[in-house]
Amino acid sequence: MTTASQTEKTSFLKKLFNRPEKEYADPYLGGILLGLVLFASLFITGSGLGASGGYSRYVAFIEDLVAPGHIDQVPYLIHIAGGELNPLDNWIVMVTTGVLLGGFVSGLLHGRAKVELVKGPNISNTTRLVMAFIGGIIFTFGARMARGCTSGQALSGGAVLSAGSWAIAFAIFGSAYALAYFVRKLWL
Amino acid sequence: MTPFPLDLATQFGKPVMYLVFLLIGFAFGYTLEISGFNKSTLLAGQFYFRDSRVIKVMFTAIITAMVLIFLATGLGLLDYNLIWVPPTYLWPGIVGGLIMGVGFILGGFCPGTSLVSAATFKLDGIAFVAGGLFGVFLFSETEKFYDAFFNGSYYGRLTLMDVFHISTGQAVLLVLVMALGLFWVAEKLEQRYGGKAPSTGSKPRYAAWFGTLALGLVVLTIGQPTNIDKWNRIAAEKEALLKERAVQISPAELLTSIADDQLRVIMLDVRSERDYNLFHIHGARRVDGDNMLAIAEELLIDPKIGETVIVLMSNDEAAATEAWKILVAEEVPNVYILEGGINEWLSIFAVDDPNITPKDGPVGDDELRYNFSIALGDNCEAADPFIHEWELEFEPKIKLEKKRGPTAGGCG
Repeated sequence: MTTASQTEKTSFLKKLFNRPEKEYADPYLGGILLGLVLFASLFITGSGLGASGGYSRYVAFIEDLVAPGHIDQVPYLIHIAGGELNPLDNWIVMVTTGVLLGGFVSGLLHGRAKVELVKGPNISNTTRLVMAFIGGIIFTFGARMARGCTSGQALSGGAVLSAGSWAIAFAIFGSAYALAYFVRKLWL
Repeated sequence: MTPFPLDLATQFGKPVMYLVFLLIGFAFGYTLEISGFNKSTLLAGQFYFRDSRVIKVMFTAIITAMVLIFLATGLGLLDYNLIWVPPTYLWPGIVGGLIMGVGFILGGFCPGTSLVSAATFKLDGIAFVAGGLFGVFLFSETEKFYDAFFNGSYYGRLTLMDVFHISTGQAVLLVLVMALGLFWVAEKLEQRYGGKAPSTGSKPRYAAWFGTLALGLVVLTIGQPTNIDKWNRIAAEKEALLKERAVQISPAELLTSIADDQLRVIMLDVRSERDYNLFHIHGARRVDGDNMLAIAEELLIDPKIGETVIVLMSNDEAAATEAWKILVAEEVPNVYILEGGINEWLSIFAVDDPNITPKDGPVGDDELRYNFSIALGDNCEAADPFIHEWELEFEPKIKLEKKRGPTAGGCG
């Protein structure tokens, strides 16, 4: 992130980005804070948290730029971006934008915002990147099928006791546990 | 009416609403980051029993929010009907969940965590986000091939209380006990496979667990408000509306509304099946007056409910008014009563129909005042009057109000 030529700015950025890396919070404490955020969201707005809905709208926005007429032929996207609708004019886009900002600020403050590739010890960088990309495709495909991901369904739907959300939460963890052994080389 | 949730867009305008969501998102991203959810190896560690961070954070968040939500609804601060409960599409949900699990173990993230990871410059997080965007594209392009499956096995707003036939407080306790059990197993597994020392200094932890359980017991004890409790809270204000006749719309206004293409009208006929078969207005649906809570639930998850007028009708007004109270107490918006009921309607629109004649002698309240030579149902002109044949004058009373709270989740 830093370039050597810009001296003044660099030293500031260096200070900003080279903070000593701090440890993550205790998981129970993190969970309580996350629960308070979720409660605040439901209490004030009636909506829970979400992430994959933001993905849909970013994609619809890009499609609208690249192939404007095409959206009107995709039944699944018409209701979010058909005709004159602006797919980004929606609360969930605000939430996901906030997630990016909040994650960035926290990473910065705790010295954890730095360019790196996180992977298991026994795979190459390329394998990790390819698997992350494929995992991303599969995950959001499943999230669209289930009408929500770990945030919108498992977390938010779970907290308000939706039966379907609990079924989805168990399906996610069940399938990940069942497959974990066979792909252990990726992580162990 | 409960003070929460707020109707941010109407009360403060759209910019404020968007700012609130941005702040919520910010706090969401911040807490995900401090919980270590931007690091794929920590997330994946869950599935090899090394580090149970994912389970601990997720279930602590779920039970914290759950207990507070149902305390708030129990105390009448928040209406459970107005918060978004994801509707159940059972099989697409389960299949989608199984697919998500595959993506999780291969990619090391879920959508929310990948955003935080990308925001802190983790290259694998950025790759996951790129793949994620492509995944949405893939789904949207292929959805038409399994549309029936995607929209099938629909159970509406189905809750754990409905499935297990238990009270809200019992469901809250059930989830709490399950979560605490999971934490205990997670701690044991971490010690065994993750090489972690048995946690020392866990006094605050036990205090938090017992505190949450205690709050769960409070939720169970105070219970949740019934329809009658909800009505009593708003009775003074709403009885006044009934007395001023602000919510009783004339047959003329109803006919005009039905004829208005811009307006969606749902007519609910709460009379007996016999009366309904003798005569009903074309398009009116018969519902059981004892079943109004289920009807309220059905109406509240209708995404177009904020643009819909609901008109209740009985022979006179008594039964329709009782049904009105139930729907209004459940926060269903835009509910009206047909003034004078079906009797009044017939007195205007059935004058020329030889099959429909006024009854002789006294008739009890809310009973049909007409005789029918045959059961007409809606097979007569009076059931579907042609608006241009009538000169209608009325004082308009319908004022459309948006429903408070979300009409869709964050997943669309």
